Amino acid sequence: MSGLGIPKPAPHAPQLAKELGLTEDEYGRVVEILGREPSVAELGTFSVMWSEHCSYKSSKIYLRTLPTTGERILVGPGENAGVVDVGNGQAVTFKIESHNHPSFVEPFQGATTGVGGIIRDILTMGARPIAIMDPLRFGDPALDKTRWVVDGVVQGIGHYGNCLGVATVGGETVFDPSYNGNPLVNALCVGVMRSDRIQLAVAERPGDIAVLIGQRTGRDGIGGASVLASAEFGEDGVDEAKRPNVQVGDPFAGKLLIESCLQLYAEDLLSGIQDMGAAGIACSTSEMASKAGLGMLVDLDKVPLREPSMEAWEILCSESQERMLALVSPDKLDRVLAVCARWGIDATPIGEVIEGDRLIFTHHGEVVHDAPAKALADEGPTYHRPVEDWVHPHAHEDVDAMAAPADLGEAIRTVLASPNIGSARFVYEQYDSIVQHGTAQGPGADAAVLRLPAMDAEDEEYPRGIALATDGNGRWCALDPEEGAKLVVAEAARNVACTGAVPVAATNCLNFGSPERAEVMGQFRDTVKGLGEACLALGVPITGGNVSFYNQTGEAAIHPTPVIGVLGVFEQVVTHVPNAFREAGDVLFLVGAPTRPGLGGSEYLWRVHDRIAGRPPRIDLEEERRLHGLLWAAAEAQWLRSAHDVSTGGMVVSLVESCLPYGLGARVVPEQGVNPVQFLFSESPSRVVVSLRAPDAEQFVRLCEARGVWAQKLGMVIEEPVLQFQDLLDVDLTEARRILDAALPAALGLDA
Amino acid sequence: MRVGVVQFPGSCDERDAAFALTVVGAEPVLLWHGEADLAGVEAVVVPGGFSYGDYLRAGALARFSPVMGAVADFAAQGGPVLGICNGFQVLCEAGLLPGALTRNENLRFIHRSQPLRVEADCAWTRGVVPGTVLTIPIKHGEGRYVHDDPAELAANGQVLVRYCHPDGTVDAAANPNGSLDNIAGVTNLAGNVAGLMPHPEHAVDAFLGSTDGRAIVGSVLQAVAAR
Repeated sequence: MSGLGIPKPAPHAPQLAKELGLTEDEYGRVVEILGREPSVAELGTFSVMWSEHCSYKSSKIYLRTLPTTGERILVGPGENAGVVDVGNGQAVTFKIESHNHPSFVEPFQGATTGVGGIIRDILTMGARPIAIMDPLRFGDPALDKTRWVVDGVVQGIGHYGNCLGVATVGGETVFDPSYNGNPLVNALCVGVMRSDRIQLAVAERPGDIAVLIGQRTGRDGIGGASVLASAEFGEDGVDEAKRPNVQVGDPFAGKLLIESCLQLYAEDLLSGIQDMGAAGIACSTSEMASKAGLGMLVDLDKVPLREPSMEAWEILCSESQERMLALVSPDKLDRVLAVCARWGIDATPIGEVIEGDRLIFTHHGEVVHDAPAKALADEGPTYHRPVEDWVHPHAHEDVDAMAAPADLGEAIRTVLASPNIGSARFVYEQYDSIVQHGTAQGPGADAAVLRLPAMDAEDEEYPRGIALATDGNGRWCALDPEEGAKLVVAEAARNVACTGAVPVAATNCLNFGSPERAEVMGQFRDTVKGLGEACLALGVPITGGNVSFYNQTGEAAIHPTPVIGVLGVFEQVVTHVPNAFREAGDVLFLVGAPTRPGLGGSEYLWRVHDRIAGRPPRIDLEEERRLHGLLWAAAEAQWLRSAHDVSTGGMVVSLVESCLPYGLGARVVPEQGVNPVQFLFSESPSRVVVSLRAPDAEQFVRLCEARGVWAQKLGMVIEEPVLQFQDLLDVDLTEARRILDAALPAALGLDA
Repeated sequence: MRVGVVQFPGSCDERDAAFALTVVGAEPVLLWHGEADLAGVEAVVVPGGFSYGDYLRAGALARFSPVMGAVADFAAQGGPVLGICNGFQVLCEAGLLPGALTRNENLRFIHRSQPLRVEADCAWTRGVVPGTVLTIPIKHGEGRYVHDDPAELAANGQVLVRYCHPDGTVDAAANPNGSLDNIAGVTNLAGNVAGLMPHPEHAVDAFLGSTDGRAIVGSVLQAVAAR
């Protein structure tokens, strides 16, 4: 193939390399690999493929330590998304990703393309995307900039998901000043497919034709991965010149891509497929060729362009949205083109799979790129960045010993009025959460519950389902990254277990500051350690995800913020357990663990004392796991009328949230020997409040004993809308509802 | 009974509509936008979504598709046609229903569970006493109904449903999107074509919540039987 000619070296190659984000060492390695000076196109592809975003060069030595296997895991990390066996020949694929940087530069487009990108990852695996979740973290809601970002991001997510007919079923809305200059827009997508239809992003045979499906290639998003997502923002915040690095999404094109790809899969027409996200054609071709140990020859003149003047490197690195690269056996090409034409979407053969390992691109009849695919996709640099132990300046303070506030009722109202606690209705009313008629439990709950499409008559009668939860807690992780990460995994898995589903797999989105800062790498190292330990202990291996570094503006890094998505499986989804109390007279138990000191990094401390301090509560992962087992067993026995965990805001928030949906109240006897502030506000883990019919209580207690799970009667559900803490105080739930409903709109300066 | 469900590029709720038709005992048949052939169906549902991306205006492009020519002929012959959300927008654009739908007053997409008061005794609400309150989800960005003469619509019995409070009271506070006189759905003068912004096809399955939508989806069957 080298008979085609040798690419012309780039003028001033070393300087251009630097401008594209390659270090001097990296440039030296490129020259060594090629045995010559690189061309402009080659500098383009190496700089994006070796960027932090694409190559995980700072994180991979740590990520390797995470548990990734389990009996239900059909596909683990390394593909576009993990795949989990849900039984009866059906599989579910899910992954979480970030789109943080683009969403600060251009919130609406950043969020839409974030949703579009994760949906295409799921589609690429062969699945129909069925639901989205959006964990969002913003800065101080009083800032105009934050309000602008919130509005754009929420509308952007809605715009894309709604138009695609994919339900947005949950997420988080969290505010903390550490995200003032770097909001976090994470998006999780889940899809469903027949387990024998899994598609892989790997070439199979030389001679297969590479078909570009979808939108035309334009100049948008060039350098999104390298320039935007792999560098911090300057002291002054966003550089206006970075705006063109943001891609622009078209959900209609995304919808056509979904429907046409699903038809291509159903007719078994493809030998491989890869979506084009970061680094576009460069990434999809090099990854598919590299995995197969093959090469690819692509004629860039055939790529349909929006702007004919685009140069080769721009075509290769463009991040134009709604594009896929499919590999097709020549005898199936006509049918592939016909299917795409039916859906009104462009499909263009642009090259072929070839023997050997070279990735060759021609443009205007000349070879502009000739490099080993493996070098681009798999042999990027690995960094052992300097690491320094991270110690939070206020982590040593004993906040659990602080004096109680004079007025507990006022403290409760202050916590309830937090935008982190209040109803996120303003956000989720802008999302379609019900399309595809599977949403049994949607936004506003601890976990989403989805009914899966039936595979056969038995499924029709007893449909299977999944539960999904996403959780993060930057404050805990800032105070103690390792313990914080464990707590976050435990909370996500607990939220899933509360629905009665069995947690089986996890996906992670690791949001951090600059890896070039040793203390950030210290946070990262400790987080991954805690993450791995908790995922192993709780039986939820990591099946995929992403790392987002450089969430840093000048000296200010975000809290280390791992966001974890946990997937649970129901054999029969009809037995799923809701969060809310159902009927007066039902008895309440606190199960899992007693309330322990847990004010470090709590919402109470933040709202009432305006502090982030103390150590996060400790977790016993074995105790947590026993709790999950108990919850499934009790759900299967159909004893649980509701289950809701105690987390952000503590017991008072958990109980208020459980009472409000059906307008009920509760009479509660606080635990003996626990001081009132801890009882009301502690965020210590492994605690769930369950409600049962009174006659089931005795059997339930015996089940707890048999399983070695701590349990204590807490009180009962009552008709009146009041939360009575015996010998302590009453909380008027009509007022509580008003406070919760007003919290978020008020914080954002909107009319309630 | 075979009931057609039109499928445009960009339709989102066509499989939900097909599911709902199955629930009420009909046999759904997908009708491709590019074909001017209704495959012998006895009624047609134009479902929700974003047909042709809703570029230009919601429903503005879909009305020109070959299938809509066939739907217009079918409607002219008295065939029952129901438009839901985007389908309602398409039918208004096609001139099969009076009025138009513009952006929600607050300029945002709104999804919530919405009480509706049944107004007319027409082909689409047989078996439901006027004044009955149905709770059915809405989810749209362009659902603000406008018309030059709403009094005439009401006098003609063309108002199908209005946005209301759970107790049936119709007032401005119960209006989610600024629609004229809280109008959520209308029929044509002949009564065989109806459209509404709320999604009755998303309220047919007790496992997922309300089943109030069956009254409207099921009316398709009664409308056919009544011909």
